[in-house]
Amino acid sequence: MTSAVPGTLAAFLCFFSLTVNFSDATGQETVAKPEKETTEIKIGYLRAYAPQLTLSMLDLPPRDEGVAGAEVAIGDNNTTGKFTNQKFSLDVTEIKPEGDAVRAFEDLIAKGDRYVVADLSARQLLSIADIARDKGVLIFNVGATDDSLREEDCRINVFHIAPTRSMLADALAQYLMVKKWPNWVLLYGSHEQDHLYADALRRAATRFGGQIVAEKEFKDTGTARRTDTGATQIQQQISVFTQDLPEHDVVLVADESEVFGTYVPYRTWTPRLVAGTAGLVASSWHPASEQWGGIQMQSRFLKTTSRRMLSKDMSAWTAVRAVGEATTRTKGDDAKKIGDYIRSDDFSVAAFKGQKLTFRKWNLQLRQPILLGDTKSVVSTSPQEGYLHQVSELDTLGVDQPETKCALK
Amino acid sequence: MQKRACAFAILAAGLTGSPASAYTAYVSNEKDNTMTVVDTATMQVMKTVEVGQRPRGITISHDGKLVYLCASDDDTVQIIDTATLEIVGTLPSGPDPELFVLSPDGKTLYVANEDDNLVTAIDVESKQVLAEIPVGVEPEGMGVSPDGKTMVNTSETTSMAHFIDTGTHEVTDNVLVDTRPRFAEFKPDGSQVWVSAEVGGTVSVIDNAKREVVKKIQFAIQGLRAETIQPVGIAISADGKKAYVALGPANHVAVINTDTYEVEKYILVGQRVWHLAFTPDQKTLISTNGNSNDITFIDTATDDPVQSLTVGQQPWGVVISPK
Repeated sequence: MTSAVPGTLAAFLCFFSLTVNFSDATGQETVAKPEKETTEIKIGYLRAYAPQLTLSMLDLPPRDEGVAGAEVAIGDNNTTGKFTNQKFSLDVTEIKPEGDAVRAFEDLIAKGDRYVVADLSARQLLSIADIARDKGVLIFNVGATDDSLREEDCRINVFHIAPTRSMLADALAQYLMVKKWPNWVLLYGSHEQDHLYADALRRAATRFGGQIVAEKEFKDTGTARRTDTGATQIQQQISVFTQDLPEHDVVLVADESEVFGTYVPYRTWTPRLVAGTAGLVASSWHPASEQWGGIQMQSRFLKTTSRRMLSKDMSAWTAVRAVGEATTRTKGDDAKKIGDYIRSDDFSVAAFKGQKLTFRKWNLQLRQPILLGDTKSVVSTSPQEGYLHQVSELDTLGVDQPETKCALK
Repeated sequence: MQKRACAFAILAAGLTGSPASAYTAYVSNEKDNTMTVVDTATMQVMKTVEVGQRPRGITISHDGKLVYLCASDDDTVQIIDTATLEIVGTLPSGPDPELFVLSPDGKTLYVANEDDNLVTAIDVESKQVLAEIPVGVEPEGMGVSPDGKTMVNTSETTSMAHFIDTGTHEVTDNVLVDTRPRFAEFKPDGSQVWVSAEVGGTVSVIDNAKREVVKKIQFAIQGLRAETIQPVGIAISADGKKAYVALGPANHVAVINTDTYEVEKYILVGQRVWHLAFTPDQKTLISTNGNSNDITFIDTATDDPVQSLTVGQQPWGVVISPK
């Protein structure tokens, strides 16, 4: 090509291109188009944490339970952010269970966080909800399963990623009814949260036609959970505790406090299946869920954290992804716009559950399929087939719009 | 019910007996690590070949001599000689290859590495990696323009179609589409790219010159919940007039008029329909139906299902020999 051009012309072309380059270089400050500015999106993570005793060593919560899920999601958001000029960061703050959440929360706001993932008790969450609203901060609840937070104590700036106790109980009840195991006995612990879970199971029984033929409270007498002779003792204790129960298909256990639940399976007086907080457990995620692209999430999580992904990790991942999704779609970092967008019909987030997840507009609870699993595998996913709903079958789980006590404010 | 419909379809096909040209279809079976070889004229299985772990994406060299197969869990692309049906080599695909596309000149294979947020470009002749291109989270869909100059990758969690210049291997444009984009297919004239969004439930039509979504196609099948409609594979006819979209757990393939963007028909196939391929004469479209372990032959003249054929466990992808 060049050889065909006469020498003088070639020289001229060469000179011309040189001058162009030259003027480019000198005029850079005024002419060159400015680099797109990167928006920084700061997400806070406030958690109540203390080492926790569990009945089984396998259930000891990992030190970074939940936080790890948020971190993986920050990585995912930042991969997308490369193309949208957005950079996400995570500030993690820990307080004691039932410690003062207000100060820690205000510190996060002072750092510029406008989105806060909260792994707190219901009381702690409520203590910061209105401060957050006044400061234009959005809260994503990943820890508290209390129905009250979505009902009488609901707030317009608090999004609930974690499923409620009523959603979990309904998911379980639907499955037991589909299996035609309708007669249940209910064993519940003596702490407040055990009573709340038991309430959710009673409500589910009424809703789906299960019969609770007997109930029994297991008192926490404060004795050692694990002793040298534990196994023998427990074998006898649980057997005796379940001796006087009427005929039933399933033993329902409500023991969020980790006092006796894990010990119920295989130790009952009559050979019966166990479900609830032990045996077949309802949860928002399962470390063995590989359907719907789940295997990709599981292997990404394992690669990053060297452990399996738990329900709270998935809730925190979903919370941070919801912020990421909304900032990508609204092309900005205005917390008010983001909040409006997440509350709108346009918002949905994918979280490896086979369908898009959206928020219930009347109380800002994330609609989601609930996984039912034992220690090794996912047994089923609710809603079960045949439980129909005029809006979304996911609304057969938990408190539905006509029953809600929530008035968002 | 469905079985009876199939039996009837087989009978009908036998009676009308429209002669189909003989091509060979290759189906990857994700769950039992095999590839099924099918005669498209007799609609019978010719052979089942043992391949690597979790075979998914499958394509064929333009001369029909070599099949390329993503063995996802072996982190490799296997090369299978179509004459002997033996594995004759591998390509350095990078980790967890899921789906890929061969350049129109047949020289470069572009692979989506789902676990590493990368697209790998491989020279098939020298088996060398030419480039690793960072893209969004969980890259999957891969399409290449007919002139070979542009490649489009979709990333599932990022929900974007990334346009890549095949000369520089740089991402030039990012187009936001609906949630979980799974597949990208250029129209034969190169004017548009069609991108399916599995969880979003839509197909976005992107203008290749403007790099903007110009149309979003929605689907509705009577008696099916909206959530079950999950578009995945797309095939556009050689004349560019009809687009077929596999709708996953909705068990149907949608037929779309590419002028009006209207869905003109929903074809009932097997369960969880994933990917599609035309025979070179365009008379037959084959769908892979993952959960019913079969493939469906569709007559493109009538857009009716003609026959279903059991293959391996969880058939994923399908490619048909050029002659």
